[in-house]
Amino acid sequence: MIEGAIWRKWAFFYLPMALFLLFLLFPFYWMVITSVRPDGELYRPWNSVNYNPFWTWNPTWDHVRYLFEETLFAAWLWNTMFIALVSTAISLVCGVFAGYALSRLNFPFAGSLGTGIFITYLVPQTLLFIPLAEIIRNYRLGDTPWSLILTYPTFLIPFCTWLMMGYFKAVPKELEECARIDGASRWQAMLYIVIPVAIPGILSAGIFAFTLSWNEFIYALVFLSSPEQKTVPVGVTSELIRGDVFFWGPLMAGALLGSIPVAIAYSFFVEHYVAGLTGSVKG
Amino acid sequence: MVVAETQVYMPQAPRTRQRLLEDERWLAFVLLVPTMVLLGMFIAYPFVRGILLSVTNSRVGVPGDFVGLANYYKIWNDGIFHTSVYNTFLYTGVTTVFKLALGLWLALLLNRNFRGKAFTRAFILLPFIIPTVLSTFAWKWMFDPTFSVLNWLFYHLNLISGRINWLGDPDLAMISIIVVNVWRGVPFFAISLLAGLQTISPELNEAAAIDGAKPRQRFWYITWPLLLPVTMVVVLFSIIQTFADFQIVYVMTGGGPANATHLFATYAYQIGVGTGLLSEGAAISLAMFPILFLVVIVQLLYIRRVEVR
Repeated sequence: MIEGAIWRKWAFFYLPMALFLLFLLFPFYWMVITSVRPDGELYRPWNSVNYNPFWTWNPTWDHVRYLFEETLFAAWLWNTMFIALVSTAISLVCGVFAGYALSRLNFPFAGSLGTGIFITYLVPQTLLFIPLAEIIRNYRLGDTPWSLILTYPTFLIPFCTWLMMGYFKAVPKELEECARIDGASRWQAMLYIVIPVAIPGILSAGIFAFTLSWNEFIYALVFLSSPEQKTVPVGVTSELIRGDVFFWGPLMAGALLGSIPVAIAYSFFVEHYVAGLTGSVKG
Repeated sequence: MVVAETQVYMPQAPRTRQRLLEDERWLAFVLLVPTMVLLGMFIAYPFVRGILLSVTNSRVGVPGDFVGLANYYKIWNDGIFHTSVYNTFLYTGVTTVFKLALGLWLALLLNRNFRGKAFTRAFILLPFIIPTVLSTFAWKWMFDPTFSVLNWLFYHLNLISGRINWLGDPDLAMISIIVVNVWRGVPFFAISLLAGLQTISPELNEAAAIDGAKPRQRFWYITWPLLLPVTMVVVLFSIIQTFADFQIVYVMTGGGPANATHLFATYAYQIGVGTGLLSEGAAISLAMFPILFLVVIVQLLYIRRVEVR
């Protein structure tokens, strides 16, 4: 802690910390308060008298009800969940296998393959979305969840591979050799000895991949067109805005409810998420 | 599990396949095939297709003919494209400086022992994990010209007398976008740098303190140099993401007012998807490539150097 007078502690620790928390968390508070506030209060000009924007005495469920009764929000939630779960599962299988091969097996071009995967890890989605949209159309995948389930792994696998390589490198060679002396094949040693040891890594990669695919926007925006196929971010963007009119109440309720599944998943695995985050940059 | 056990006790059962998998090279090949197929189909192939697309005059539904570098020539002389390039560099540069400074400050605060530390850390990451589009809508609502809570706040603090039209003015719109990006990126910087800080042995700082080093000196001569490798990787990583950013601008301004806040990605989207000029849109996206490639090379070299050391 900071040494010296008590005021220093306040000035150099508590005050900046409080300001950071205010800055980082206020938008979420604003989301919550907007989504339960009646329209009459919502659209009151900012300079009208006796207006307290930070609190409401008349909370309402109207916006949430609108979301579920007048829009396809439930379908969007389901689509997003399904796409995120399946693409995470595919990426985990691919990433664990590739990570094992790259970190524990000797074969020609291992180094350059590893570098290649690292480079694809850094390819942003916005670089390739136009040609990719054409390819998706040619494969007749357009407007189906499979267009996303198959493309999301392109940014999830490199990340999972990279993270798993770090975890696999830490598993001692002797562990695998013991199993092999006892008669296990390479395949079995990998499946029953090495991979179980790396389960924390798999959890980290999984939770991180899940949040990333829940967050993805541009592919979903370009590849999906019919309202019932959309994911939450795209559905909220395209269906709750009519021309210049924003339905702020339902919009904020949608943003809030659309964030809750990720927030819950995150809250269960905070430590794993942080490990994944820091592992992903350090490698 | 039953299958597994029978395999352990009868290794001779599926002979050839088993023997093939005993060979390191074959096993590696089998393990890497799914990854290679997916990355090849949806990264390498689209990349080649994108380059081929960008030298045609193809539109939605029209295959188009070869036109050489006409699309690149066109965007080279396009005023909005110039603005987008300028904006992208400005956006990346300014946000990176702020994210690094604020992220480092927050990391240093979090590196202390205080009550509720784990809790605070978990909450701080929220802007980073909540889907960006959704949280950006909250910001858009906060910047709303008529109902802005920020205007309300500044008005009641007597900082302003009239309303500020945050997203209607080109400069203010750019500032608003930068604020949102900084807001989203600070947690990532803070948590990554905190992980770096935690690997620095506290004894170094204690020893320096005993030798009479002031806190500021301890930071500049001990913490900062030791943190530099992590900082570099985080910064380069963030530069790539910010340079290619799409979501925040798309939601906040859609590139407006009057195309003043476009980045590479949003302009490529507007041209390629909005107006259907696929080939020109592809050219705009690919124009990002040389710069991204440069950053990736720097990052690769840097990681190599750190690993060798």
